[in-house]
Amino acid sequence: MTETRTLPTRYVTHPGELKTSSGRSLRTDEMIINMGPQHPSTHGVLRLEVVLDGEIVVDVIPHIGYLHRCFEKHAEHMTNYQQVIPYCDRMDYLSSMNNDWAYALAVERMMKIEVPPRVETIRVIMAELQRIASHLIAVGTYGIDMGAFTPFLWAFRDRERILDLFEMTCGARLLYNYIWIGGLSHDLPPGFVDKAKAFCTYFKPNIKELNDLLSYNEIFVKRTANVGVLPADVGINYGVSGPTLRGSGVNWDLRRDDPYGIYDKFEWEVQVGKGERGTLGDCWDRYIVRVREMEESVRIIEQALAVLPEGNVQAAIPKRIRPDSAEIYVRTETARGELGFYVVSDGTASPYRLKARAPAFVNLSVLPEISRGCMLADLVAIVGSVDIVLGEVDR
Amino acid sequence: MYELLHDLLGDSLLVYVIGAALPLLFVLPFAVVAVLLEMKVSAHMQDRVAYMYTGWHGVLQPVADILKLLQKEDTVPAAADKFLFRLAPFLVFMGGYAGFAALPFSSAYIGSNIDLGVFYILAVSSLAVIGLMMAGWASNNKWSLFGAMRSVAQIISYEIPSALSILVAVMIVGSLNLQEVSKFQEGGIQNWIVFGGPMPLLQKLLLLPFTITAFFILFLAGIAEVNRTPFDLPEAESELVQGYNTEYSGMKFAIFYLAEFANMFLVSGIVVSLYLGGWTSPFGDVMSGPIWSFFWFVVKGMFFVFLQVWIRWTLPRLRVDQLMYTSWKVLTPFLFVCIFAVGLILVL
Repeated sequence: MTETRTLPTRYVTHPGELKTSSGRSLRTDEMIINMGPQHPSTHGVLRLEVVLDGEIVVDVIPHIGYLHRCFEKHAEHMTNYQQVIPYCDRMDYLSSMNNDWAYALAVERMMKIEVPPRVETIRVIMAELQRIASHLIAVGTYGIDMGAFTPFLWAFRDRERILDLFEMTCGARLLYNYIWIGGLSHDLPPGFVDKAKAFCTYFKPNIKELNDLLSYNEIFVKRTANVGVLPADVGINYGVSGPTLRGSGVNWDLRRDDPYGIYDKFEWEVQVGKGERGTLGDCWDRYIVRVREMEESVRIIEQALAVLPEGNVQAAIPKRIRPDSAEIYVRTETARGELGFYVVSDGTASPYRLKARAPAFVNLSVLPEISRGCMLADLVAIVGSVDIVLGEVDR
Repeated sequence: MYELLHDLLGDSLLVYVIGAALPLLFVLPFAVVAVLLEMKVSAHMQDRVAYMYTGWHGVLQPVADILKLLQKEDTVPAAADKFLFRLAPFLVFMGGYAGFAALPFSSAYIGSNIDLGVFYILAVSSLAVIGLMMAGWASNNKWSLFGAMRSVAQIISYEIPSALSILVAVMIVGSLNLQEVSKFQEGGIQNWIVFGGPMPLLQKLLLLPFTITAFFILFLAGIAEVNRTPFDLPEAESELVQGYNTEYSGMKFAIFYLAEFANMFLVSGIVVSLYLGGWTSPFGDVMSGPIWSFFWFVVKGMFFVFLQVWIRWTLPRLRVDQLMYTSWKVLTPFLFVCIFAVGLILVL
């Protein structure tokens, strides 16, 4: 890097003004180091340009775009609205179900399609299963970032069960194309309900096990508490959402505050960070919110499985989906935060313009703000706790 | 051992070469077993099975890995300092391996029965620091340099607690020769220094809390000196990619690996020799003798190797400042108290 840049003024140079006997300053220079795109803990192809003073991070500049696949432009050039869904899968590939649902919901609201109750319930079950799977990866890889490898594989073992459930439902394990406009691609296969119930019973003790191994581990708490503190107002100003914002104590969850689906019929709580182990809004708070949300998701799934109605899984929709000229913004809560789709229709068979408001992208923007002045190891902790998926950041 | 070789071969250079190569007969098979142990233990902790196809339950996999590493292209980065880059892994391995010379494997075998055994081990194992620094610097990679800087700071810091905790045992025995230290603890498990040594009962009970503390600290500092989790900062893969050995591949990388495993056993060997009776049998005269004593030494050593593996796959990693804090502000003061108390008890 040859370009010169002015460094943020709030940073006070750290190693002090050591002087040699002849009076010359021994002040050391800053080092610019590239973290990524090929780096084990940037969770994909994120490149961070880090200015370091010894082990202290002076500044971080994220560089993105390595995974850009022109999602929005692709969507405009599809021959119909349904064809956009597989592309939604590939945005945040760890919570494909939630992405599909957000897009389907946007088009349904545009066309005022009412989906059958069975579809609504199955969508909730799938979205919450997906949320658990996504949080498991977030929590597990966070363990790796902290140097603990075992929780990661435990998380993957449990996620495997969820993927098995998805596989028996729609044949795919990662990119499902399951939630369609007006319904679902398939009904649930026989035996799904029992297996999903069995998963809930199996999974609940595992959360406790994970807590014993990682969450309340003294070293882990020491590494994450009081690190990367994100004050609530800063978070809101940057547009941060999801567990990252809830970790700062902001009680805001779109499933409850801007209801969609049938979340209002179930009993569950929005988990927020409380600053139990350190400062409110530190990495540990963001982490523990995800762990507790998994418990809440299990609660929702159990209730939804109990009330699962019989019926059709496809609403009566026109053969060609052509919304009238209109625009709509629909937002939903994915595992990473507020995923919004802004759809503009010009009355043709494909969107005139489709804009995705990706939570990971917005959450990433707060990274430089909260990581200045921390240590290099803390930077890894902060990147992990913000839980980004580069597929969604770059789209 | 040297006397025996002298009698067999006369006064030739061969004596020294064979004498120096003898521990290698232990270290190389040990590395293979340790790799397997590491993989299998970690796998079973993580609900996996690890390798299953090469040989029965994959026991031949480490051998296959070594063969693969031997065949790999030996790359040297264009911008590296080529001489230092090539030299570094051997220096790192040498530091660990030289320590084996003063390790009493059995009542009948110690590489070199020098009176300053422990002191010698401390001194030569510090040589590895130069190798690590060399590797980090010569790679001409910022991440490598970071890892090297960290490892130097870490190893030097942890040498203080490890030297001090060795001192506690040495004060009780009154000798720096590890063979003497082991002999001192003969007569069963109750005579091990961790349980107060073969002292009169009252003195033993008074010594007990301090010897146990020093024993734990020695083991902890040992883990830190071989750079294993939770002290594996120099090669913290999630932060520094791979630390000082980022740019290494093929056999040079394998030698770093070998050095790590050799050091794992060296640390266990020191802990065992000083605090857990060395090669002595835990049952007094039952199952003792040169062959049995070798057996006991290896079994005890392997137990601590297993402990290191267990800890590695359980705990997260500390941060640099926390690492230094642990060394200077927790372990070292505790040991000063231990040394003072043990000295007082021994004098009284």
